[in-house]
Amino acid sequence: MSVIVFAETRDQQYKKSTLEAVSYGKEVAQKTGGKVIAVSMGGASDPAILGNYGADEIITLHGAEFATFSPEVYAAGFAAVCKAHGGKTIVISNTYSGKSLAGRVAVLLNAALATNVVDYPDTAAGFRVKRGVFSGKAFAFMDMNSETKVIAITPNSVEIKTYGSNAAVSAQQPADLPSSATRIENTQTVSGKVPLTEAEVVVSAGRGMKGPENWHMVEELATALGAATACSKPVSDMHWRPHSEHVGQTGITIKPNLYIAIGISGAIQHLAGVSSSKVIVVINKDPEAPFFKAADYGIVGDAFDVLPKLIQAAKATAAS
Amino acid sequence: MKVLVCMSVVPDTTTKITFTNNDTTFNAQGVQFIMNPYDELALTKALDIAEPAGGTVTILHVGLADAEPAIRKALSMGATDAVRINANPTDSQFVAEQIAAFAKDKGYDFILTGRESIDYNGGAVCGLLGAMLNIPSINVITQLTVSGGTATVERDIDGGRETVSCSLPFVASAQKDLCEPRIPNMRGIMAARTKPLQVVEPVSGSTHVSYAKFALPQPKQGVRMISADNPEELLHLLRNEAKVI
Repeated sequence: MSVIVFAETRDQQYKKSTLEAVSYGKEVAQKTGGKVIAVSMGGASDPAILGNYGADEIITLHGAEFATFSPEVYAAGFAAVCKAHGGKTIVISNTYSGKSLAGRVAVLLNAALATNVVDYPDTAAGFRVKRGVFSGKAFAFMDMNSETKVIAITPNSVEIKTYGSNAAVSAQQPADLPSSATRIENTQTVSGKVPLTEAEVVVSAGRGMKGPENWHMVEELATALGAATACSKPVSDMHWRPHSEHVGQTGITIKPNLYIAIGISGAIQHLAGVSSSKVIVVINKDPEAPFFKAADYGIVGDAFDVLPKLIQAAKATAAS
Repeated sequence: MKVLVCMSVVPDTTTKITFTNNDTTFNAQGVQFIMNPYDELALTKALDIAEPAGGTVTILHVGLADAEPAIRKALSMGATDAVRINANPTDSQFVAEQIAAFAKDKGYDFILTGRESIDYNGGAVCGLLGAMLNIPSINVITQLTVSGGTATVERDIDGGRETVSCSLPFVASAQKDLCEPRIPNMRGIMAARTKPLQVVEPVSGSTHVSYAKFALPQPKQGVRMISADNPEELLHLLRNEAKVI
């Protein structure tokens, strides 16, 4: 038996969430026994580095089929490796790509499936995972009762651990892949920007910014802090910002180390999406804004007064 | 054209979440249940595509009889007919098995779900259905057009967006931006009263997982206020006390 990790890449590089997934796999293997095999598909510039994060062995899958991401082809190729190597615990990042694979892989392996997992499993009696539910308003402890388990681990949930070890890399050519019924026509990525779900620092703003033309201040602060930008629901509903930046109950749920909310009052739906952040800073001109109750640090003040000073200070800190 | 849309019924977004029975059961007392917001988008888009083509849109829900007001809402939005699979929707895999067993021989051109339900946030049914029915699955789509046996979709990817073409049949999950949800009008509400709502008994499903208990997030220790004149102090605290920058 073994723990098998899907090593997701972006532009041929392993993502931070991939290293977290590999470290998660190692932690599980230390509890359940067996070795950790990382499976890298579609090409990566340096597969061997995964050894340092806990992989005992790395398998790269090659073939024209994997040149672009197709859930059915990737799931088939990955599941075949899981079967061939006795994979009992399968770890995938809970990203858009990861989640589109996880369900298919679970069906192919007749496995129990847990997405949105936020912590290491409790293996004291069985195999119990902690999942984020009700869009961040609560957690559920779920027992996975089948021999094979597929776990999608949410980015920023566990630490990356390093083991200073090397791992052997072997290339394989999977057989009997389905042909894909889907074809990717066009991909647009925002390069040089951290995806919101994986960002460690997020600067977010709401209606208090008064209009999209003022967002340069939010962007400036984000750049100075190396942060991703986000927004509240009204802001994306009014098309001031793209919906992909909307965090909250009907947007995306994030858990960065630091969440800075500017001009957001803190409706229950918004809090749901961000309450798992480790540290929350709220800047609002209304001292009664409900968001202050959920914050670690607060500044009562108008965004248009506080932001320029904060940007200046952040730039000075970044430069020092 | 024949389309299937899957819907779940969830607590209203303003609900304060609590649990009972020693934190093992969601406390539904006084909670208003609604059609899952992402499923409203899926249904609206399905109707926008099927109606001009003279097609049908069936709305399907796995759940108990108390979900019927939400199903009637879907009918009032314009769904042709409804199916309720009479089972407690215990987890994503069980639900997907029920949907797959129903949809298997029905010849749907495509199936839409919401991106996730806002209660258990699995986001898994789309991929599960794809594998169970052996058809392509496309998660988190923000645009969809169907013509001549081919669909063109835009989907969110991590840090961007992608345009994908796909042959029918397929299953896809609706993300915000796909459309504005349709609001039922009076004619729709009247018509919904007499539209068919078929109740189907479940097939035997898997029990891969089971929920043991729930917990609420730890409340914050209290906020530390900083003067608006001194943002340097905030950065100092974030760096040296909280150690997050």
